[in-house]
Amino acid sequence: MFLKKLILGGLTALFFSSSLFAADCGPNGQSIRILASDFPAIHAIANSAESNCAGSASEFTRNHTTEARQIMNAAQTPDPAEYTSVIVANSTLVQLMNDGLVRPLNDLVEKYGGNLKSNQLITIDGKIMAIAFMANSQHMYYRTDILDKAGVDGMPATYDEIISAAEKIRSAGIMEHPLVMNLKVGWNVGEVFNTIYLAHGGEFFKQGSAEASINNAKGIAALETMKALVEYAHPDHLTQASDDTQGLWEAGQAAIGFMWGSRGGVILDNEGSSAEVTSNTVLSAAPTVTGGSIPGATLWWDGITIATNVSDSEAEATFAALVSGMTSEMVAANNDDAIWLIDGFKPGPAAAGVSATAQGGAKSYPMFAQMGLLHNALGAELVDFLKGSESAEQALSDVEAVYETAAKDAGYL
Amino acid sequence: MKHSTFLLFTLPSLSVMFLFIAIPIVSVFIQSLHIEHKQVIIVSENCDPFGCETTTSVDTEASAKLKEKAPLGKFNGFKTYSNRMHFAFDEIGEAWNSSDSFIAFVKKIYNYPLYRALSFTLTYTFVVTPFVLFLGFLVALGVNNLPKLLKGPTIFASLLPMIVTPLVGSLILFWMVDGDGVIGATLQKIFNDNSLSLKASPVLTWVMLMVYGIWHLMPFSFIVFYAGLQTVPHETIEAATIDGASKFQRTRHVVIPHLMPLAIFITLILLMDNFRVFEPIISFRAEAHATSISWLIWNHLRESAYPLYNAAGATSMITIFCVGILLLPVLIRTWRDFNEKNKG
Repeated sequence: MFLKKLILGGLTALFFSSSLFAADCGPNGQSIRILASDFPAIHAIANSAESNCAGSASEFTRNHTTEARQIMNAAQTPDPAEYTSVIVANSTLVQLMNDGLVRPLNDLVEKYGGNLKSNQLITIDGKIMAIAFMANSQHMYYRTDILDKAGVDGMPATYDEIISAAEKIRSAGIMEHPLVMNLKVGWNVGEVFNTIYLAHGGEFFKQGSAEASINNAKGIAALETMKALVEYAHPDHLTQASDDTQGLWEAGQAAIGFMWGSRGGVILDNEGSSAEVTSNTVLSAAPTVTGGSIPGATLWWDGITIATNVSDSEAEATFAALVSGMTSEMVAANNDDAIWLIDGFKPGPAAAGVSATAQGGAKSYPMFAQMGLLHNALGAELVDFLKGSESAEQALSDVEAVYETAAKDAGYL
Repeated sequence: MKHSTFLLFTLPSLSVMFLFIAIPIVSVFIQSLHIEHKQVIIVSENCDPFGCETTTSVDTEASAKLKEKAPLGKFNGFKTYSNRMHFAFDEIGEAWNSSDSFIAFVKKIYNYPLYRALSFTLTYTFVVTPFVLFLGFLVALGVNNLPKLLKGPTIFASLLPMIVTPLVGSLILFWMVDGDGVIGATLQKIFNDNSLSLKASPVLTWVMLMVYGIWHLMPFSFIVFYAGLQTVPHETIEAATIDGASKFQRTRHVVIPHLMPLAIFITLILLMDNFRVFEPIISFRAEAHATSISWLIWNHLRESAYPLYNAAGATSMITIFCVGILLLPVLIRTWRDFNEKNKG
């Protein structure tokens, strides 16, 4: 009974405090419609926007779907657009901007963005196109108990150290395939190449043009590194994406992982795994090449955008509502759901990997208009090399040829 | 029947076919001749929480103006058909000149997506089709000879592979052949090889996909043959028995000739279906080792940011063309039989 009263009291206090600092929801009676991906951090933002501003809006609808990327362009093209806001990430912002479906937010930020930090503003040629609220990246996961058992000193920080650690684990007879990586054919395998290529200091395109430039010494070195790593990965690695690698990790079948930061919270919680795994799992920065300094990862952010094809007052109300949700109270209540870019975030063990990777100077996922096409080509054409049926040079020249054909058809070359 | 009555009778179905089959095919063909307009690209300074980078972006206003003038896109003729994604004529010419042996040449061709997809698609079609025909016939014969009481449940059980949605059926099998799954783990035990993986070997992946295809389609040929078996005339069978024909001889000389038209019908449908193999590749995540023509079309359209309508259109036209070639021998045979019957 006492507990119940306490909770009730707490809730009432929370309610009063939030109504004391009543959120500024912009114009009344507008329709707010949000399209977003489906994971806890995005729910947290949308929940808090809804509880602040649903009352003053005529309509507040949310569509959370993991397929958001596939439908957003079609949904936002008509006028009026299906959604007043799409919650995007690096690559999906480009996808919308290529069709001119997001509006600049400079005036709205001036009016409602008092609580935003300057590093949350995503600007393209000075125009604010999105407001980021969380960060993500790939990084290393280690099982310290297994590394100890195999006689590895400290945690590997470079690709070479990872490979020798994996070899030690294998030769000690602990695990035949100690490494897990998301190498599913398509987007995932392309993304792994991107991270290693960036660590080697590679550039994806010739300066100022849409011509690909990956068939070079750095590209070949990146592929050789990738091949060396894959030797220690699960034999089915070409079919494995995030859910599968997380599963292997939680089942205790891996000792070294290169996985997304957003999986950290889920892996470290006490569900789906044994205490032996969770208590010995440590998250650390993405690896560099030996003697290099750039962590091999792509940094990602998630953020809000406002549609071009909606009325100005709807845009204003949507922006005000979403920004009203980006408070330190919201962060405090959902601290471990994400690496928040908002004030009040206290990095826990689940955030250690992403923080270390970002501080190490990892690059953002490249925001070139034509990047998606190159990424597709990488995802399709690197597989022959990984299977061992093609040389690195041949694989990279195939990637460039496939990219060139697709880019010509899509009008980028 | 008078010709005019016949025409009136078929008019609704003809007009629906025209509207929903002929017109879309023509529109897909026209689409395959066009590519996107040139995107007007500008270099831009892009800042995010992690710093600033020089990247490129699309000048949407300038690009939209181009699009408005010609919404279909830029006319490209048959270049989409001849480019690297499809028939790759230039590349193949080069491969021919630079290869010193035929095997090296074939290896080089296999590097191009259309030929790679064709090689799997055709192998799949020509392996799965005869197996499904033959096994379906055997199952139908078996079920036909069962006592009445067992027939119903057996038919139901035999139909299950077809009732299960392809995506679900192949997903179940995908999990079973995993290293931790029932089949995968058993195989590892039998061969005493812990790294044996059905998903990692190209040959085993092909075998797995074909076994799945046979398992999934067999009920179709079984049920058609079973229906056909009910129409085998008793008199002929009895006459054959009296003449001293064994069970095998009766099947060989009475039942099979009687079911021949059905077999041709099933072959036609199976050839078309198998040539469009798609779902198992997705749910077995087999893209690394096996791609099909339908998978190529899907792959061209999948990226919603950069859908390659021209490539998808061209691949679709190639599919129709190939199905036509595949069916040609069967169709010619049917046409000849029909003519002979009319003469006789």
